Amino acid sequence: MNEEMKSAIEKVKKETKPKRNVLINTAKAFFVGGLICLIAQIIIEILKQQFLLDKEMANSVAIAIMVFLGSLLTGLGIYDKIGQFAGAGTIVPITGFANSMTSAALEAKSEGIILGIFTNMFKIAGSVLVVGIISAFIFGSIRFLLGI
Amino acid sequence: MKLGKQSISFDTIYLGQAGVAAGPKEKQGPLGSYFDQVYDDLYCGADTWEKAEMQLMRDAIDHCLLKNNIGSGEIDCFVGGDLNNQIIIGSYVMRDYDIPTLGIFGACSTSVEGLIVAAGMIAGGSFHRVIAGTSSHNATSERQFRYPTEYGGQKPDTLTFTSTVAGAVLLTDTPTDLRLSGVTVGKVTDAKLNDPLDLGRAMAPAALSTIAAHFSDFNTKPEDYDLIVTGDLSYFGKDMLVKLFKEINIDIADRYNDCGLLLYDRDKQEVFAGGSGCGCCAAVTYGHLLAKLRDKTYKKILVVATGALLNSIIVAQKETIPGIAHAAIIERSGD
Repeated sequence: MNEEMKSAIEKVKKETKPKRNVLINTAKAFFVGGLICLIAQIIIEILKQQFLLDKEMANSVAIAIMVFLGSLLTGLGIYDKIGQFAGAGTIVPITGFANSMTSAALEAKSEGIILGIFTNMFKIAGSVLVVGIISAFIFGSIRFLLGI
Repeated sequence: MKLGKQSISFDTIYLGQAGVAAGPKEKQGPLGSYFDQVYDDLYCGADTWEKAEMQLMRDAIDHCLLKNNIGSGEIDCFVGGDLNNQIIIGSYVMRDYDIPTLGIFGACSTSVEGLIVAAGMIAGGSFHRVIAGTSSHNATSERQFRYPTEYGGQKPDTLTFTSTVAGAVLLTDTPTDLRLSGVTVGKVTDAKLNDPLDLGRAMAPAALSTIAAHFSDFNTKPEDYDLIVTGDLSYFGKDMLVKLFKEINIDIADRYNDCGLLLYDRDKQEVFAGGSGCGCCAAVTYGHLLAKLRDKTYKKILVVATGALLNSIIVAQKETIPGIAHAAIIERSGD
């Protein structure tokens, strides 16, 4: 390849760099993510008022329901379509965590239960867990040392 | 005969009929009617994605044999490959055929790489009939190179959509209406781009390198071809390639297209930047373009299959993504 082509590549490479629409994506993520939280909050209020659960129990049951809904929508092939629209809005809430595990499990089903599903289920969610545990340790230690 | 630094011209290599099998999205696309076998289900009647891709490859080979009215015993060799680890699809499919087999890997440039190897074997004078084939499947590629198919991560516009197609074509030294008259073997070209979700632009410099070398080796210009197609640069890669040629004062825009854009209707189908995968160039060329040459829409075309040479490990190690492109001239013989 001659120098003319090399400089053409350097020039055109910069010119054609695609722009990602951060503003619109952020807005979509904000509203869909907020909507998911709103649904969870409504479930918590129903659990408290109709089923007379205390606050902590209502939270735990609501989380289980949201995980179930996230997994169900993944299995039905809907969650990835919402995710394409909402981006981080559907990844950050716990439904996204459920989606990452369910989708990995579905994908690995063809390799069997142990080598497929069990081995691959945390393929994407694993990094979230590791970061969660490390952060919990660090912030827990800080809280302990400061005696809060 | 060797031409220039990286090309070969052939006088007596002909193309027989081809077989193409395609999945649901490709069936619904603008070229759906050109394919020999289409499926409404991404599983193609199989129970895993890998077996589905094998089914497509098998269909393509079967249709190729059938349309050429030839038995597998009369084929001297099959040359082919795919995107799966250790090119497992082609190898497993060939268990069922009584045909000597050469497995090749050139990522999505495999289709033309196969034509080059097959033509070389026939030009050597020993083999008379060789089938070149390749396949890709959206789900087998997604799980190997990206995320699980149902994962809800947002895909950028630059992402190319791996096509679910397989194509196989017969090359022979018995004269037919179409001729493979020359090839240019590409060089691995690294433009230091590193986004695995933007492979079209990573491969465009390789296409530039090969097509420019092709023009120089054959002493031709864009006007000598009725059509120049790249394999799977898709929207962003195509745009970049046109601009790259403009920089070196060659205008290809009026006769240039990309198989990834021909295979789907981007306005109506959710394929992001357009189609990609080994099968993309094979299906469009063997299914659609050979028919267009045979109905005399085109007389001479240049097919440039483009491949991004990466795997998920090397990309995670922050390496850049090199590309490769191989070119083949297909023209009507005898007129």
